[in-house]
Amino acid sequence: MRGIEKSLDKLNEAGIRPVAISVDAPDASRDLAQKAGYTFPLLSDQKVEVIRRYDLVHAGAGENGHDIARPAEFLLDSTGTVRWINVTENYWVRARPEQVLEVSKLLK
Amino acid sequence: MNVRRINWPLWVALLLTLAGFMSYFFIFVWIPFTRDFPWANFVLFLLAGVLLVMGLRRGFASDRPHPVRSKIISVLVSAFCVLVMGFFAFAYFVIGRQLPASKGAPQVGQRAPDFTLPDTTGKQVSLNELMTTPINGKAPRGVLLIFYRGYW
Repeated sequence: MRGIEKSLDKLNEAGIRPVAISVDAPDASRDLAQKAGYTFPLLSDQKVEVIRRYDLVHAGAGENGHDIARPAEFLLDSTGTVRWINVTENYWVRARPEQVLEVSKLLK
Repeated sequence: MNVRRINWPLWVALLLTLAGFMSYFFIFVWIPFTRDFPWANFVLFLLAGVLLVMGLRRGFASDRPHPVRSKIISVLVSAFCVLVMGFFAFAYFVIGRQLPASKGAPQVGQRAPDFTLPDTTGKQVSLNELMTTPINGKAPRGVLLIFYRGYW
């Protein structure tokens, strides 16, 4: 996400809006945004509903055995259709802004 | 001070081990070429390993001015370095891969499930708004959804 923030101008120029989703409460997300300097939206899915709908629940992996999201990225076009997905098998390996910019060229 | 008395390979190995560990988080994670697979860190660890062997041999050499101290220090430093390297490799190869499969995730060509969630100010934001609110005065061409683990 630090990489996404660094490339935010380029992404915005390409018409791409990054949005991050986790189980963190809005307050915790605000702290994170302030500390890390994130200026794109961070949304709060405390009930793990959206994360479940996207089949990205990492059961019991959070504090006190709470369910959290496993990392994944989806690029949607303006109609809401998925155009590219990156469901990593190793959480050290994340989507790179360069990859997203490359596939964003395919969007109408 | 006699240079022969310093077990330099041992101490350089320690520095390389620490550098190999921390450089990932401060340097290599920023470079696409070294981020996804931390090979640059493993190269540093390999160098550190070679120096550790040299340092251990030196520590156990018969001409050391303080033979007992020299042996103990070289063994302790080596053990510490091996632990640090082992932890790094374990974190990458084992902990990093402990992620559940996600067979039901939306696939390319499918419609992304709609949602409405609060942002950091508590305001409800829908996927539709994210896709239609202009960016720099223009309609967005796409939305990048990033699911992350968070602080909890």
